[in-house]
Amino acid sequence: MLDDSARTAPSSPLLSDLSGVSGRRRTTNTVVTVLMGLCVAIIFVVLALVLATVIGKGWSIVSKEFPKWFTKDIQLSPRRPGPGMKAAIVGTIITTLTATVIAVPLGIAGAVYLNEYGKRSLFARILRFFTTVMAGVPSIVMGLFIYVFWVVPRGIDGLNSFSGALSLACLMLPIVVRSSEEMLRLVPQNLRDASYALGATPSRTILTVVIPKASPGIISGSLLAVARAAGETAPLIFTIGAAKQVNWNVFSGTNTALSRQIYDNAKESFPAAQERAWGAALTLIALAFLFTIVARVLSARISRNS
Amino acid sequence: MALSIADLRTKKQFADRLFRGTTLAGGAAILVILTLIAWTVTDKSSLVFKSEGLNFFTERRFAPSATPAVYGALSFIFGTAVTALLAIIIAVPISLGLALFTTHVAPGWLKRPLVALTDVVAVVPSVVFGLWGIIYLAPKLVGPFQTVSGWFHGVPVLGSLFGQVSAGRTFMTAGLILAVMITPIITSITREVIETCPEADQDGALALGATRWEMIRGAVMPHSIGGIVGAVMLGLGRAMGETIAAALVIGSSPALTANLFSSGDSLPSVIALQWGEATSDVKRSALIAMGLTLFLMTLVVNFAATAVVSRSMKRMQGVS
Repeated sequence: MLDDSARTAPSSPLLSDLSGVSGRRRTTNTVVTVLMGLCVAIIFVVLALVLATVIGKGWSIVSKEFPKWFTKDIQLSPRRPGPGMKAAIVGTIITTLTATVIAVPLGIAGAVYLNEYGKRSLFARILRFFTTVMAGVPSIVMGLFIYVFWVVPRGIDGLNSFSGALSLACLMLPIVVRSSEEMLRLVPQNLRDASYALGATPSRTILTVVIPKASPGIISGSLLAVARAAGETAPLIFTIGAAKQVNWNVFSGTNTALSRQIYDNAKESFPAAQERAWGAALTLIALAFLFTIVARVLSARISRNS
Repeated sequence: MALSIADLRTKKQFADRLFRGTTLAGGAAILVILTLIAWTVTDKSSLVFKSEGLNFFTERRFAPSATPAVYGALSFIFGTAVTALLAIIIAVPISLGLALFTTHVAPGWLKRPLVALTDVVAVVPSVVFGLWGIIYLAPKLVGPFQTVSGWFHGVPVLGSLFGQVSAGRTFMTAGLILAVMITPIITSITREVIETCPEADQDGALALGATRWEMIRGAVMPHSIGGIVGAVMLGLGRAMGETIAAALVIGSSPALTANLFSSGDSLPSVIALQWGEATSDVKRSALIAMGLTLFLMTLVVNFAATAVVSRSMKRMQGVS
């Protein structure tokens, strides 16, 4: 099987004939090829195991509690089973949405500056470098930062969905900037030249020619950042509080999130809590994949239209 | 209607400047936030440095409830370094194999699914890996750990590395889970770097009668090694900063030991776990100082990684 794939490898027709090659060299080649295949198998098996466990265990509780899982508040005592996860679903959605509203416009603006105005200037190069640095800052540090900078001055009222969204926005910002800049770079220069030749100003060119052309890529890059933020737990530990009831208010009152519920319940030894953790994990993964699929579909549709 | 051409131009110019200023503000936000992070986090850490001084970095005990309270970060720094290194040691060969298989072995139709496979691993939230690690994987690992520990019992060095198994939640468990989580980032960067390798070099090697592996070793590797090193360091940075998965599976009992099968603790996990119980200002300050330490550690690694990657990218563009 592996030998077959070696023979059909399109870029290397010369490999189809190894008959003139000494045995030892041929064996090394085969062994290494098998080892590479093994690496693929390992990752595949691990991913399949994780997904199978989450889907299996998660589905059993979600279906058992259906539809209460989506409509009821969270059980107050970790040791008792039931009833729902609505508060966390709502929390995840509104917090991630707020973070998106903050980070995506800011990130796209930054990317436009880097690619359309700054280009190779010293300031743009510095900015690009620090964007990469910021992308590497651990998420827990973002949480601590927002806690110190935003929550502490506001006291106990500071623990709310908006604070959580701020820390997630810090996390998303560099991802959005980097992916958007990549996409803007792919826009052909002659489109800009054509727009200038028609007398358009730089801002008009960017808003009506460059950004629409790059928007499929920008949207899918941003939605990947959203999926990443929706799964983050660490920043929320310091910023969002610990609610069990639904709270639609972004700016006041503590809130919770699916990722928080997974983390809190995974630490408990009670079977009911662990069940809840699996159910929340399935819900979160489903949400994350939904985002990703929407991203693909949206970007495909927009690129077809333009 | 009464606008002259000149008026129109200044109005246009104003709108243009405004737009340019707005985009500049978006970019500058990054610098502002990074500066604020460094400043506020350092500021809030000062309390613990006032009471502990630089002993904070060299003291192995962390006993906030003792009298007098002791705040030391050494065992957590150690745990962070050990788990991140373990993750790298496990993840690098797998990522390399995955990237090379995708670019050089897999037939055309298999390439996209393989790229999608790594993408899916990247989409799974870290807390889900943590949940899987603590409930599913950790209990199953005790047996294999004991077997391995039995093999090396009494052997110098290896015997102490793979010593007594205390539980399923150990440095090694955390290393394994982190390895899975950083595989996508190392794989995707490595794959991109390998794909920039000039076709001519590869064809040349094959024309000289090299087998595929000899071609990879002789033509692809020398070309890509800089970028791969950078990718590995970015993975290292990610592994050090990953909080939740590590916090769940590392066992949360600080230890300074060579034994990889012992429970330990790391900087991000102690911050996450102790935060709820941190009521005194000094303890909070100590945890924030650990965040600062983590920030600095990842900063150094990421600085180095970025420099290595951009230098090798530049060199490769010069080649092709």
